[in-house]
Amino acid sequence: MISVRGLAHRYGAVEALRLPEWKVAQGERWLVLGRSGCGKSTLLHVLAGLVHPTEGEVEVSGENLGRLRGARLDRWRAASVGIVLQALHLVRHLSVRDNLRLAQYLGHVAQDDARIADTLAAVGVGDKASRRPPELSQGEQQRVAIARAVVNRPKLLLADEPTANLDDAAAAKVVDLLSEQAARYGATLVVATHDSRVKGKFRERLEL
Amino acid sequence: MNLASLSASYLRARPLNTALSLLLLSLGVATIVLLILVVSQIEERMQRDARGIDLVVGAKGSPMQLMLSGIYHLDAPTGNIPLASARALEKNRMIRKAIALGLGDSWKGYRIVGAPHSYVEHYGARVSGRLWEKPMEAVLGAEVAQRTGVGVGGKFTGAHGIGGEGDEHKEAPYTVVGVLAKSDSVLDRLVLTGIESVWQVHEQHQGPEDEADRKALEEAREVTVVLVQYASPLAAAMLPRQINAQSELQAASPAYETARLFRIVGVGVEALRAFAVVLIFAAALSVFIALYTALEERRYDLAVMRTLGASPRKLFGLLMTEGVVLSLVGAVVGLALGHVLAAVLGAWLEGQQQYRISGLEWRPEELWLALVALAVGIIAAFLPAWRAYRTEVSKVLAQG
Repeated sequence: MISVRGLAHRYGAVEALRLPEWKVAQGERWLVLGRSGCGKSTLLHVLAGLVHPTEGEVEVSGENLGRLRGARLDRWRAASVGIVLQALHLVRHLSVRDNLRLAQYLGHVAQDDARIADTLAAVGVGDKASRRPPELSQGEQQRVAIARAVVNRPKLLLADEPTANLDDAAAAKVVDLLSEQAARYGATLVVATHDSRVKGKFRERLEL
Repeated sequence: MNLASLSASYLRARPLNTALSLLLLSLGVATIVLLILVVSQIEERMQRDARGIDLVVGAKGSPMQLMLSGIYHLDAPTGNIPLASARALEKNRMIRKAIALGLGDSWKGYRIVGAPHSYVEHYGARVSGRLWEKPMEAVLGAEVAQRTGVGVGGKFTGAHGIGGEGDEHKEAPYTVVGVLAKSDSVLDRLVLTGIESVWQVHEQHQGPEDEADRKALEEAREVTVVLVQYASPLAAAMLPRQINAQSELQAASPAYETARLFRIVGVGVEALRAFAVVLIFAAALSVFIALYTALEERRYDLAVMRTLGASPRKLFGLLMTEGVVLSLVGAVVGLALGHVLAAVLGAWLEGQQQYRISGLEWRPEELWLALVALAVGIIAAFLPAWRAYRTEVSKVLAQG
């Protein structure tokens, strides 16, 4: 599913990431661990095709990301990757349903309200579809962000520090939910975190 | 969900900025539309009323006043000229058509004009009933009949002066024998009668006591203006000079005086037009500032859209669409507002018995105006859209 060889990325003179080799099979669940600034987010951005690494090769689902550019890369990302960001970044003035419709529109997926309802119900916010994000609790927003990431049924689900700022119970629930949703759609899950509370959740770990 | 609905949702999310941009743009467009409608309709109407009239001959005074009173019946006449002078003009070989008019009285604010039948024929107006044959028979213009509710067989008395506030000639009532069909000409707003009626009304005051008096009065008869059509181009060069050389007569060219009038009025029109252009420029600035400042608030949204699969081109399109939606709505509201203002102005002018302005007419220039408004939106949105296009997703997400 994921194959990384000789990966390095630098911002100017600063090396942000170095990963000689890493292989992930389809459907596996991985934790990427490390202190702040070790390159966890950069790795996720590379895997999502948001950043082209300065060195090395990355293949995701058989696509060599170094060879994808422009619109092809955008289309590939839309079809293959779902991302949950630390700060969630839901579009505040759109309803929960419209946030997911936006994901379908930008992902070139035909608008499917039944699928949106099903996805929201699966993450436990089926009754919040008409609310706007500021009207939801932090936990509910987190669930909506996960729903948005999986509504297009991606092959790869990435989560960047999804448990930051959450209490122990909420952090455990979020990781469980991510894991459950990845399993539901057969997606590979990669969670980048420095949160020691979730270390025991997955068997596969990558230390950066 | 599509680009237009997404853009509209962002515009709705900033109601104050959006309303301000729309207000400025629509006010600018409305002002220009109002000017286009008013100026073009007045120009057309004045050209129509002056069609086939090469010269207005009347008493010495302001040539523009002579033209305004003689052709358009919008001002007081400069005075009267002897009937003999008018008759002489009719016989002049350089003149194909001479229509002598006698002015002085009015009814409910509408001018009573003593005229020959050729005046009606000149504007090609059709009459229901018949034209006047005897003194004190009158024919009403379409607007006069409609507004007063008087038809064939009705009677009325004129009042001295043009405002309707003068003494009424109660001893000399007119009988309506015909009503003119609407001709979109000055006739619509006139009460027409034979020029003998005008003389009769005023001679009754002087009450001739014997035949010698009557003869003296007849010799002193006057007309107010003579509308002249040249027989040949040569007349244009010679006739005005010839007429102006006579001590009691003055000749005014409608073409020249109308152009002069529009030059004078044009200063005000140009000032208003410049003001409208400033409003449109301010609207462009407002759209630019609104979109540019909103970029800062929206940079995470834009970055997230990229993670969801949006291409840089789509983000560019999103911002451009916002500019286009704003300018299109502003243009449509401005066009509608301009027409409503023209209709309101038209209703007010109608109440003043002046030229009618219609809010329902559309001019080709309005399409150009809408395109200019659209271009304003596109230009104003370009830089913010370009910045959105250049969003560095990784950098933005790393900050948040």
